[in-house]
Amino acid sequence: MCKPEWRRARIQAQRLADLARLRRVRDRIDREYAQPLDVEALARDVDVSAGHLSRQFRAAYGESPYAYLMTRRIERATALLRRGDVSVTEVCFAVGCASLGTFTTRFTELVGMPPGAFRRQAAQAAADAAGAARDAGSAIKVEGMPACVAKQVSRPVRNREAPAAARPLR
Amino acid sequence: MDITIHTASLPHDDPDASLAFYRDVLGFEVRSDVGQGRMRWITVGPAGQSGTSILLTPPGADPGVTEDERRMITEMMAKGTYGWILLATPDVDATFEKVQAGDTEVVQEPTEQPYGIRDCAFRDPAGNLVRIQELR
Repeated sequence: MCKPEWRRARIQAQRLADLARLRRVRDRIDREYAQPLDVEALARDVDVSAGHLSRQFRAAYGESPYAYLMTRRIERATALLRRGDVSVTEVCFAVGCASLGTFTTRFTELVGMPPGAFRRQAAQAAADAAGAARDAGSAIKVEGMPACVAKQVSRPVRNREAPAAARPLR
Repeated sequence: MDITIHTASLPHDDPDASLAFYRDVLGFEVRSDVGQGRMRWITVGPAGQSGTSILLTPPGADPGVTEDERRMITEMMAKGTYGWILLATPDVDATFEKVQAGDTEVVQEPTEQPYGIRDCAFRDPAGNLVRIQELR
């Protein structure tokens, strides 16, 4: 009665619906990273368990929703720290991290140096750039790129943490 | 040489939903609409800029695309990692309010980026990322 191709089509439709739901979770992380989000809240929102969401998300995107959220926060933190007029603690809370310890640990893993050192280096680079040397301290030139591409190029690399010896910052 | 960027394409998975988004939410004009069912090719673009269009296409319509590849494309569209486009407007915040009011999935509220621009981002109904940046 039920033809195999119908069954396959139904399974594929369900798979696409699941992927679209994961997309909404990921978009919500991008949109609301500065809120006190956690995986339980994200999962509740789409009516699945936290464990199920984490497994599905990792299968689709190659990392857990928590890792994705933290990378998004650290990415935004590097942008705020470059401004130079906000402290590390202020940045930590501004990007939605409740714990300075967790923030510092993850920042160091992804960027290759602690946030305080990054802030000093960014300030130094800005001072150099203000002088004669254009683009001082910048290994990646983002001028002229569409901004969203610049964002992708300069965002912390997911799933590839900085080597233990601090690499020179862009 | 005198070359303009004439048409960029984005895939749809529900032609009527994509048409409604680009026409009714973004306010684009419809320049052509051919085909039927899921196999529709719809050309849209901003009024007054007839030289630049977006062609909304069925995904993987090229006969050289295999069944496996087509499934991969539709899955990438669903998870939001396939198509994207960058638009621009003089007032990102006003545009954001209008698009958001159209019940559109928001990916990013208007944000001042460290590389000197202000932008926001949405999903179109097919899962394509539509980023809109402010003209300065």
